[in-house]
Amino acid sequence: MPLTKQEWLSLEKKVYELRKLTLDTVHWAGSGHIGGGMSVLDMLTIIYHKYANIKLEDPEWADRDRVIVSKGHAGIAYAPVLVDLGWNDKEQLKTFNHTNSKMGIHLDSNKVEGVDFSTGSLGHGLSMAAGSGLAARVQGKNFKTFCILGDGECHEGSNWEAAMSIAHYNISSVISFVDRNGCMIDGKTEDIMKLEPFVDKWKAFGFEVKDIDGNNFKELAEAIDYAYDHPEKPVMIVANTKKAEGIGFMEGDYVWHYGAVDENNFNKCHKALDEHYKKRVARAEKEGA
Amino acid sequence: MAGGLTYTSVDSTELSTSEKYGEALVELGKNHPDVVALTADLAKSTKMVEFMKQFPERFFNVGIAEQNMFGIAAGMAKAGLTPFVSTFAQFASFRVADQLHSDICYQNVNVKVIATHAGTSFGQAGSTHHAICDVALVRSIPNLTVVVPADGHETYKAVMAAYENPGPYYIRMNRGFDRVLYKDTNYDFEIGKAIQLRDGSDLTIIACGSCVFQALEAANFLEESEGLKIRVLDMHTIKPIDREAIIKAVSDTRRLITVEDHSVVGGLGSAVSEVVVDTGKACAFKMLGVPDEFAPIGLHEDIMSILKIDANGIIEGVKEVMGKDFEEDDDWDDEV
Repeated sequence: MPLTKQEWLSLEKKVYELRKLTLDTVHWAGSGHIGGGMSVLDMLTIIYHKYANIKLEDPEWADRDRVIVSKGHAGIAYAPVLVDLGWNDKEQLKTFNHTNSKMGIHLDSNKVEGVDFSTGSLGHGLSMAAGSGLAARVQGKNFKTFCILGDGECHEGSNWEAAMSIAHYNISSVISFVDRNGCMIDGKTEDIMKLEPFVDKWKAFGFEVKDIDGNNFKELAEAIDYAYDHPEKPVMIVANTKKAEGIGFMEGDYVWHYGAVDENNFNKCHKALDEHYKKRVARAEKEGA
Repeated sequence: MAGGLTYTSVDSTELSTSEKYGEALVELGKNHPDVVALTADLAKSTKMVEFMKQFPERFFNVGIAEQNMFGIAAGMAKAGLTPFVSTFAQFASFRVADQLHSDICYQNVNVKVIATHAGTSFGQAGSTHHAICDVALVRSIPNLTVVVPADGHETYKAVMAAYENPGPYYIRMNRGFDRVLYKDTNYDFEIGKAIQLRDGSDLTIIACGSCVFQALEAANFLEESEGLKIRVLDMHTIKPIDREAIIKAVSDTRRLITVEDHSVVGGLGSAVSEVVVDTGKACAFKMLGVPDEFAPIGLHEDIMSILKIDANGIIEGVKEVMGKDFEEDDDWDDEV
């Protein structure tokens, strides 16, 4: 279903709240993966608030759509999304990364409600997504599996084993994303180890590729709708994003892969998010239908 | 933990270890629609062909991509299926170590790993295909049950028990030309409980896998030739290990030998020694296995002989340990 203006605005409001909650969580934790957390939040928000077939009263419902955050270090953004859904006590976010907390950098599916798969070691999520999709086929079920990779993660060869198998078995119930923010810990992906021509790589492995702005709900919705409507081929959504999307002075800078939000920049970050929200609302008002 | 599970299999007498796995898998496939089987281009070698023929919609050959196979299996298990993944032991451990650790064991999902061609059983293939360190690696991973059956019949029982008991399993078997130890499957088999094949008061041999048959041969010979009374334990489950049987062996015989087709670093011998040390009780102890070096190329039986983990090697080891002197202590209970 195409994204209506009303839906778009409501997603903007939701992701604004989630960016704020993520920022607070980084602050409570002392530091965190703020760059890749902020860049992936639009994907997580649209998946959980427009597409995923889930039951809020039962996060383990057997026929639910699954979500795999293969870039597991985005846990600091993923946990707020799950808490906001009513899963897990909100107070837990205040303990993020603290000793004996249920929530650490990489979320544990046996400890955090709503996490379908534990991730953290990179290059694992897409294979598990393939297995989840094949299981749906064996069981005669219709659930979908959303899998979000990081772009730096795509250096791991195991992703390409998984890509081959998703195309070979045409597991189109798996809808894959790469959060293409262009950055990793040590620098830009293209400086560290080239991924380009990235879209062509996925095409060559047998995917229909949607090369879009991953911080734009309209483009995300169009790409996901395309995947729903075209089960004949698996879809990879290369979501071009900005590292730390929403916090102007951090945006696009790899040094904010992991960073501290202290008393000095905490208010500055919140102000940046307020400004960002205004711009995003204006865009939705202008481009929405 | 299963309690004294007893399974009956038919036409089993002459089947090799991995063929028994194939047979067990088909049996499970017939009765349980949640059972799926995966391999990485080794369907024939790991004897999954019959399952593939009978349940093509539940069989997946993912190509030569073991890491992907283990991830896929974890994904399937999360949705409620029971995947059996089969490949050579070296790849089922080292190649996929991170997937086994994080996707399967950390998530504690119901994946059954069938690791074939273990130890030096694929002798001619050389050290890239010998798995002499796999037990050391996998037994250190939490949540994983590690089983090393002695022959085909025990493999059948282990596979059935793995299905009955939820959670990750690593079942390690040989290439498939093992001597048959058990007459049939009509005996009690329980995960985590050693099987005492013969009793004795002079020394206990604790063995696993293909070395159990050799240990029994050695013990029988030594009774006839030297009058030695040797207890033999089939320690088919390396983890959780049967502490009770080990402690009893220390207490009753005070001389222990472990035998395995695996490095002496980190395998059965190490697992047994950890229990022995924990008791605080003195005993003479010797580990037979692959010394801390890569094994030679050759026929499995020849390599076992070279490594002194065949009957002759074990006899030699027993004589050495019987000659060891250690402080006798009548008042056993005063030891810490």
